[in-house]
Amino acid sequence: MKKVRNYFVLLLLVTFTVALGGCRGNKDGSAESQKDSSSQETVVVTEAETASEPADTEAESAVKADGTEAETQAETADAKAEPAAKSDDTEAETQSEAADAEAETAGTETVSEEAETTAQTTDGEPLMGGSIVVGIPQDLEDSLDPHIAVAAGTKEVLFNIYEGLVKPDEQGNYRDAVAESHTISEDGKVYTFQLRQNVLFHDGTEVTAEDVKYSIERCAGINGDGTPLVAAFSNVEKVETPDETTAEIYLKEADTEFLAYLTVAVVPKHCQDLDKNPVGTGPFRYVSRSPQENIVMEKFADYWDTENQAYLDQVTFKVVGDTNAIVTGLKGGSLDLYPRVNSTQLAQLQDDEDLAVYEGGMNLVQALYLNNAAEPLNDVRVRQALCYAVNRQEILDLTADGKGTIIGSSMFPAFEKYYMPELAERYEQDLEKARELLTEAGYPDGFSLTITVPNNYQQHIDAAQVIVEQLKQIGVQAEIQLIEWDSWLSDVYAGREYQSTVVGVDASYLSASALLERFVSDADKNFINYKNEEYDKLYRQVRESTDDAEQVELYQKMETLLCEDAANVYIQDMASDVVLRKSYGGYTFYPLYVQDMAKIYRTE
Amino acid sequence: MKYIAKKLGTLIITLLIVSFLSFLAFSVIPGDAAVSRLGTEATAEQTAALRKEMGLDKPVLVRYGTWLRSFAAGGMGESYSYSMPVREMLRDKLPITVALTLLSFGLILVISIPVGILAAQQEGKWLDSLIMTLNQIMMSVPGFFLGILITYIFGLLLKWFTPGAYVSVSDSFWGFLGYLIAPSIAIALPRCAMCVKMLRSSVVSQMKLDYVRTAYSRGNTGRRVMFRHVLKNALIPVLTFWGMTIADIIANSMIIEQVFTIPGMGSLLITSISNRDYPVVQGIIVLVAALVILINFIVDLLYSRIDPRIRLK
Repeated sequence: MKKVRNYFVLLLLVTFTVALGGCRGNKDGSAESQKDSSSQETVVVTEAETASEPADTEAESAVKADGTEAETQAETADAKAEPAAKSDDTEAETQSEAADAEAETAGTETVSEEAETTAQTTDGEPLMGGSIVVGIPQDLEDSLDPHIAVAAGTKEVLFNIYEGLVKPDEQGNYRDAVAESHTISEDGKVYTFQLRQNVLFHDGTEVTAEDVKYSIERCAGINGDGTPLVAAFSNVEKVETPDETTAEIYLKEADTEFLAYLTVAVVPKHCQDLDKNPVGTGPFRYVSRSPQENIVMEKFADYWDTENQAYLDQVTFKVVGDTNAIVTGLKGGSLDLYPRVNSTQLAQLQDDEDLAVYEGGMNLVQALYLNNAAEPLNDVRVRQALCYAVNRQEILDLTADGKGTIIGSSMFPAFEKYYMPELAERYEQDLEKARELLTEAGYPDGFSLTITVPNNYQQHIDAAQVIVEQLKQIGVQAEIQLIEWDSWLSDVYAGREYQSTVVGVDASYLSASALLERFVSDADKNFINYKNEEYDKLYRQVRESTDDAEQVELYQKMETLLCEDAANVYIQDMASDVVLRKSYGGYTFYPLYVQDMAKIYRTE
Repeated sequence: MKYIAKKLGTLIITLLIVSFLSFLAFSVIPGDAAVSRLGTEATAEQTAALRKEMGLDKPVLVRYGTWLRSFAAGGMGESYSYSMPVREMLRDKLPITVALTLLSFGLILVISIPVGILAAQQEGKWLDSLIMTLNQIMMSVPGFFLGILITYIFGLLLKWFTPGAYVSVSDSFWGFLGYLIAPSIAIALPRCAMCVKMLRSSVVSQMKLDYVRTAYSRGNTGRRVMFRHVLKNALIPVLTFWGMTIADIIANSMIIEQVFTIPGMGSLLITSISNRDYPVVQGIIVLVAALVILINFIVDLLYSRIDPRIRLK
């Protein structure tokens, strides 16, 4: 009797669970959501670890949202939206159109105009004041000290507190910030900055040339223990301050791209505990933090740039590690902005009337990175065979509803000047050719391959799963090995003990070398063990060159080499969706990984 | 007195073993706090310098010794990730986890005792079968899944609470308790089911004993027999179970905290483990171990209260 009852209960439970899964799936009504409901249970567990996400990953592309010409532009944008709109989410669609258009156009002028139009569709008149809660996937775990912080997820938040001599804008140019103007000597060795008058730190003291000298020297490790806090600053020889408003930076070796690094924060000399009490010159000042909970900042009323004062009075960055909690937070109203939702979350959010979706690129190079020193991947024919075996469009279709930009080398579209779209077509899927190359290399029956993937990045795991299936077609037996991000850093990245891995690599500075420098044979960051003397030679030439056009050409040659050598199986620059409550406007995409809160405003 | 001294001795030995094991675990698993903090832009010198600063270049035993000495002196070191004293961090987080645990435990008591007694009284009847069937379902649903369900139904559909809008104690005490109700239900329900089952079978087996018949024959009402005689005896095995439940609740709250974005010790522990933030992990593990031992100690004391035949030895 008891047994019968137990069976009955078991049956009941199964029906209950199935019915529940079914409900969820039907409600969202897309193929994506099926995956969602089944992955729901596992997601919680994996995402628990996501909080550690060092997030040296994504960044968004440039769409300017400026709230001044709202009314005149809104109509044109609406008209444009109609033919493009697939679903009821008109604004989101228009936005994505703009982002696409932007990726293809070359001139910055057109881009900003186009983007401005669209951004207005959701935005009403900007209001001063108010507050916002922004979701971030992990806490700022490395440091609040801008010279020690390394995680992209930390830097994107600190961007609002600190500023450098120059500051990147949404088009990827450098605007003078703490400096009023700058000159670079002909030989690219001396950078001279005229400092702006009356720039105040958040503690009320004025920025002096002495503070600038202190900041740069601190990064370079001069006067400290000699270890540069920021690796790129090992090139700084000395900093001089001929008078109170001038700072001169002398480099050991010529580097015409060094300006990109001078976005590094200027900090007050008299503050020694920046990791506890951050003090900068940015539009927001630090108020408080609570580990694993939030970090709060408020508007800095004495910000030097009176035209670009922040609209909002208070910004709270809230740590939300769990993927479901992000969705419920946005729907329920405890979050107003989440900068990077994945396609599963998007499926659950895009029908919500209170939320607007903005689409951009993540600005990172997702690839199946190959250890060029490991058997059998040390043979260029084997690597090329892998490239021919993979169907990139299929990866996009299966993992992200076809969104994303296919790439062919270590460069993403936001770097318009250097990006070569033709490389994306170099390896179209060709199984015959792949098999031929494998036979030539001595592996007619294929081989076994281990793909190591960090377990906190679902999008990379998804891509790896598709690749595994595709490689079976040429007899390569691939196997996925999931490891913790921390183990990935120590074993794969630093230790280089792996065969292949799927990750996304981003650019930490607005310069092509941020992406290409790492593949120089003896570079510390060359985790794929790529070795090509010609590549090294090209990079030396770039460093010596002072001519921009020549540099672009050399960088493009380097990209082509990476592609021809099949250094990695390049996949895509992933799409990234920003979700913002409709009562806010002004979200601005940058070609870097930052969240600019000063541009966001309330509309009601 | 002697008993308490003995218990204290066990406490210290257990803490020593637990803390050493967690130290050992960290030295065995791959990954390293310095690499983790510096990320992908690190150079070899930077990593070496930071490792030295953190004291990671020394052998495990030496590090354990250093930690033990500072712990004995009342400190817990400074977190690698937050540049804050661990003690200060835990002081903020502990009340949240304790509140969540107590609330869940309170719910378990309030729900499971009446329901368990009711089921026992109705043994074999339809109400009993219904309760036991529901019980089976509750027992099989994992807490975090229940959490997602509760958020979805009560948070998003019925809008009884705002998912993720955690209120801190300093803002509003009642708001804080109010937000904790949903997660504590998610924690409590599966455990309630087990408690009901335990209590029911315990009461049922007591009801068959001679003293119950004697009590009835002396003219006691059914209610009086239940509360004055049967329950006292029936609670003894259940009490043991409650002690274990509290430890279980603490472990489960770590996961539930993620689902409901409660910034308690759970989320801190999980991120600290993946960041290899040893001082924080050590602090939390020692604290949780101490809590569990303390609770078991209280349970032991309660035994002798309920049943004077059990003497503290």
